[in-house]
Amino acid sequence: MAEKAPKLTRIWNGSALPLDRVARMNMDGFQMAVGEAIARGWRVSTLFALNRGEDTGLELVAVFADDARATLHVSIAAVENNWFPSLTPACPQLHMFEREIYEQFGVVPGGHPWLKPVRYAGPFPGSATREIPDSPEIGRAEYFQVRGEEVHEVAVGPVHAGVIEPGHFRFQCHGENVFHLEIMLGYQHRGVEEAALGGPHKITQRQMETLAGDTSIGHGWAYCQNLEALSGAQVPPRALVLRGIALELERLANHAGDLGALAGDVGYLPTMSYCGRLRGDFLNMSAALCGNRFGRNLLVPGGVRFDCDVATVKDLEDRLATAEREITQAVNLLWNTPSALGRFEHTGAVTRRQCVDLGMVGPAARACGVEVDVRCTHPTGIYQFTTIPAAIAHYGDVNSRAFVRWLEIQRSLLFLRERLRTLPEGPLRVDCAPLAANSLVVSLVEGWRGEICHVAITNVQGRFARYKITDPSFHNWMGLALALRGQQISDFPLCNKSFNLSYCGFDL
Amino acid sequence: MAYPAGPPPPLPQHFRGRPLLDQARCQAECRACEEACPTQAIAITDTPRVDLGRCLFCTECADACPTGALTYSQDYRLAVRAREDLVVSPEEELRLARALDGKLKSLFGRSLKLRQVSAGGCNACEADVNVLGTIGWDIGRFGIQMVASPRHADGILVTGCVSENMRVALQKTYDAVPTPKLVIAVGACAIAGGPFIGRPQQHNGIPASIPVDLYIPGCPPHPLTILDGLLRLLDRLQAVSSRE
Repeated sequence: MAEKAPKLTRIWNGSALPLDRVARMNMDGFQMAVGEAIARGWRVSTLFALNRGEDTGLELVAVFADDARATLHVSIAAVENNWFPSLTPACPQLHMFEREIYEQFGVVPGGHPWLKPVRYAGPFPGSATREIPDSPEIGRAEYFQVRGEEVHEVAVGPVHAGVIEPGHFRFQCHGENVFHLEIMLGYQHRGVEEAALGGPHKITQRQMETLAGDTSIGHGWAYCQNLEALSGAQVPPRALVLRGIALELERLANHAGDLGALAGDVGYLPTMSYCGRLRGDFLNMSAALCGNRFGRNLLVPGGVRFDCDVATVKDLEDRLATAEREITQAVNLLWNTPSALGRFEHTGAVTRRQCVDLGMVGPAARACGVEVDVRCTHPTGIYQFTTIPAAIAHYGDVNSRAFVRWLEIQRSLLFLRERLRTLPEGPLRVDCAPLAANSLVVSLVEGWRGEICHVAITNVQGRFARYKITDPSFHNWMGLALALRGQQISDFPLCNKSFNLSYCGFDL
Repeated sequence: MAYPAGPPPPLPQHFRGRPLLDQARCQAECRACEEACPTQAIAITDTPRVDLGRCLFCTECADACPTGALTYSQDYRLAVRAREDLVVSPEEELRLARALDGKLKSLFGRSLKLRQVSAGGCNACEADVNVLGTIGWDIGRFGIQMVASPRHADGILVTGCVSENMRVALQKTYDAVPTPKLVIAVGACAIAGGPFIGRPQQHNGIPASIPVDLYIPGCPPHPLTILDGLLRLLDRLQAVSSRE
């Protein structure tokens, strides 16, 4: 074993490089490099396996984010004998990635504490071995169990009581008190990564926009940015700004909806009712940009498809001014109601340490005092020219997660006012050339749930040999499980909504 | 909201309702829209057909059309009762959903409780179903309500392409609803698989074992499109043709 850890290759968000310039190492070196990266405080943005179908065999690709220096660090390691020593015991934020690698490719992370199914997906094309056991029936697994007098288990889902996506939850309870919550997902698995192989296909962008349908702009942006990087396209300034406007409108709609739903979950109806409508008002502003309330078809590789004419700018400015006034009133009702806040405070707390260990992202992480926000730490597009300060709270509880959303609403509104006033002139889009062959690109976008990570790796024809997607929910579901420990089971809806994670974004 | 007694809420400038094809402007042998469509929703033959069940209401066809023959109208009314009614010539009238018949109408016409099942949905259809329950739309005023249990429901409202991993749960939920019951398919995924059509991890929408009573196309359908479909089914709107 070498004395010194091999160096990872430094890259930037949204810039492509040839695969042969990515640091390649053997598994021993990879272990050391990952250990050193974690010791430096870098976060794991993604870790995945691929099989490029050449003589390279199976490989692992790791992407780390150095948030302090706006850099990403990437390496590729060759897998031998379908096995590698699990890094999870030393680096818990890898636990789900290693389970995913096992499920997709049959590569065993030896020593992983519990290799359960991730999404009951069956083997990925190019997996190491056909010896992977067939995926068990969805939801069947050995669950974490607490034994003892009067301990009981509560099982919920996949079909829930509300109009939401499916997932299975197992609570280990003692009376009302929750010892542990285990979350089993995979019900929404549609095979998005597999569908992208050999792409881009003409359906691929539509699939990216429905990866997590409430994050159409976030995922669509990451996808477009990857194609632009691989084809060397320079997106015109007007399009960069319009993308920023669309992303912040998406954030506003979802944050407004979440604050309303949080109020509803503690029975505080005024804020629930106002915010439910305001969410729709923000969605309608996205529709004013492109005809679709979720921003679909606004983005196109190379720019945006629809212009925002003077009348639309004026219309949006007026609607934003009204919405700002109304949401301020609606949310202040909540902040001025001690009985509602009393239900938020100290409920579902995650410690800063837990947050960092799990590699959490987005508002849930910022609510623990961790400054992770791609718009600040790895900016691309308009965020390179204008800063939205990261919104931070410190107690990691429902109240902090709600408060971070409120801060972000205010900052997004300010951003939108400024951007609409100073919308640059010029073209909307450029054409994208064919994609560079044998290249890699990583795109991070701060969606409203947190860091979206898309990695594209092209083959010799410039088609996708692998398209890896990591939704922020992939990092954060375990955070919700920890938040429930020691809570009342009746607070589950409140805790769940305070994270509001994506099922389909996780399930892919 | 004044609708349905008054006018519907305004739709945005770029709203994409029912696609229209002005065949007079089509160039000979041109198949640009058919080739551009990512879900094979368009078939250019002697009588061109658009399958609104497959249509994602994206812009690929209109962008590809060299003569501007293919456009999207502002017509939000898209819901039908039979799958084949979604496959229409762009010249043809859409056979908009007719109301439930006698017994079912008397059972559900003024009170319809639905259990929503997301089976591979992306949370956009779900969101635009949810929005109907907010104070702006307030579907409660029509006696329509989403309920927590299939046992309390008169039917299911399904979103999503029906992932293999949700197939059994969807069937069980349907089975748990007492008869007579309704099935409402909301969105391109539930009707035909949407952007995931043909993928092996899903079933191209609701399987044949679950007969569908109302198809509401879109990706996702606008809340107004969903409400229009529900009200037509319950005979709360005049059954009018799309060309009225």
